[in-house]
Amino acid sequence: MSWLSKLFSKLFAKWLPNESSSWQWFYRLGSPKWFYRRSGQWLPWLSLAALLVLATGLVWGLAFAPEDAKQGNSFRIIYIHVPAAFLAQSGYFIMAIAGAIGLIWKMKISYMVMKAAAPIGAVLTFVALFTGAVWGKPTWGAYWVWDARITSMLILLFLYAGVMALQYAYHSIDAASKASAILALVGTVNIPIINKSVDWWYTLHQPATIKLTSAPSMHMDMFMPLLVMIVGFYLFYGVALILHTRNEILRRERKTSWVRELVNAKAGL
Amino acid sequence: MLSSAPRKMNSGFVAWLRRDLLLAYRRRGEVASPVVFFLMVSTLIPLGLTPEAAQLEKVAAGMIWIMALLATLLSVDGLFASDYHDGSLEQMLITPQLLPLPILGKVTAHWLTTGLPLTLVSPLLGLMLSLPIDGYLPLLCSLALGSACLSLVGAVGAALTVSLRKGGLLLSLLVMPLYMPVIIFGTATVNAAVDGLNWLPPLAILGALFAASVALCPLAAAGALRVTASN
Repeated sequence: MSWLSKLFSKLFAKWLPNESSSWQWFYRLGSPKWFYRRSGQWLPWLSLAALLVLATGLVWGLAFAPEDAKQGNSFRIIYIHVPAAFLAQSGYFIMAIAGAIGLIWKMKISYMVMKAAAPIGAVLTFVALFTGAVWGKPTWGAYWVWDARITSMLILLFLYAGVMALQYAYHSIDAASKASAILALVGTVNIPIINKSVDWWYTLHQPATIKLTSAPSMHMDMFMPLLVMIVGFYLFYGVALILHTRNEILRRERKTSWVRELVNAKAGL
Repeated sequence: MLSSAPRKMNSGFVAWLRRDLLLAYRRRGEVASPVVFFLMVSTLIPLGLTPEAAQLEKVAAGMIWIMALLATLLSVDGLFASDYHDGSLEQMLITPQLLPLPILGKVTAHWLTTGLPLTLVSPLLGLMLSLPIDGYLPLLCSLALGSACLSLVGAVGAALTVSLRKGGLLLSLLVMPLYMPVIIFGTATVNAAVDGLNWLPPLAILGALFAASVALCPLAAAGALRVTASN
């Protein structure tokens, strides 16, 4: 991958740091110890924000949003289903970007983020599939229908499973990290192709409701709580990712002196 | 990588293609097994599903494609395995050639010994599964292109799992989701022809998938081999 980093430094030579510059934070971020300390400071605030936004969105969506004219109250599962599906997809890209950063800049911490992102993304994909099935029963009369979006989500779940399986197949942390980073990047190139092929294969599903370019076709009273829930899920994802990454840091750095000091301090030794 | 003495661009490609074809020729029995597998599984379909021609012809295209996929998956596992064990993979990694070229040579040899034979026997399977006559030419074209995609994508998976003792099952887990576009457009090509529609558009997309895999898969496999073969 050295040619990749060379290419990158050529392309971005103007913005890359010489000795000490505004890019220092980026290199500091590469230090597990620094990240562990800092994320410990962010975590309470981020958790509080996630809790508040999720609670607001849930109460708003489940209790105050108007009932759907056709589906009644059963549509309210959208407030879990859509944010989970959103995060499941962007979670894969977050994982792949973390892997790419690891391959290019050989940054330890980004491999740990990548490893932490895989199970979170897989669980969110499962949540999206499960809520979709529960929602499908009253709406379509069946738990499982082979339509485009469900199939794409199922394939996404398989892609996550592949990255996780490869991660655990290697004993060497280095090989596991790099191999699964490459697989995640290959998957990233493939996800749009897979989604488009599956769309083409089956075009019976309702068109995407939330588009960034045009006005939402949902009513505003229903749409606003959904937006709040999506923000809340992003915050929650951040909290979960930081927690998992901190775990991974402690596991991989368990032999370093700062982790020992930390453990001793916690144990009161 | 490109800096040292000038050299022929295709040298690694041709050498590894010739070597792998020679090895395959000396182990002819191994080359036959994917084809035999392909033929045997096709016997299971009438036994498990129905022997009625009217029902078989509906599933023929999809079944032939799925069996071709499985046959490729079984054989792609060994793409780098013997080279890894006898050390010639290390030699490939330290040669001054651009690594994707020898890999492309190996994948081409794999396709010539797996994908091409599968493509050539597929009309026989079409006959056995009572595929309508309009489907034969699209089946040949789509399998020829599609099996090349399968070999190329499979090479990435094989490179990622080469040093693992039980890599075969993991390989299918990694590669199967990536195969889905190929199977969608492969069966679509045949089914379009059977339904009397224009079958060139799905075939063209299959060609695009092939072009993308030729360009990207050897690069990804090269990156993967550099990581995995040293561990």
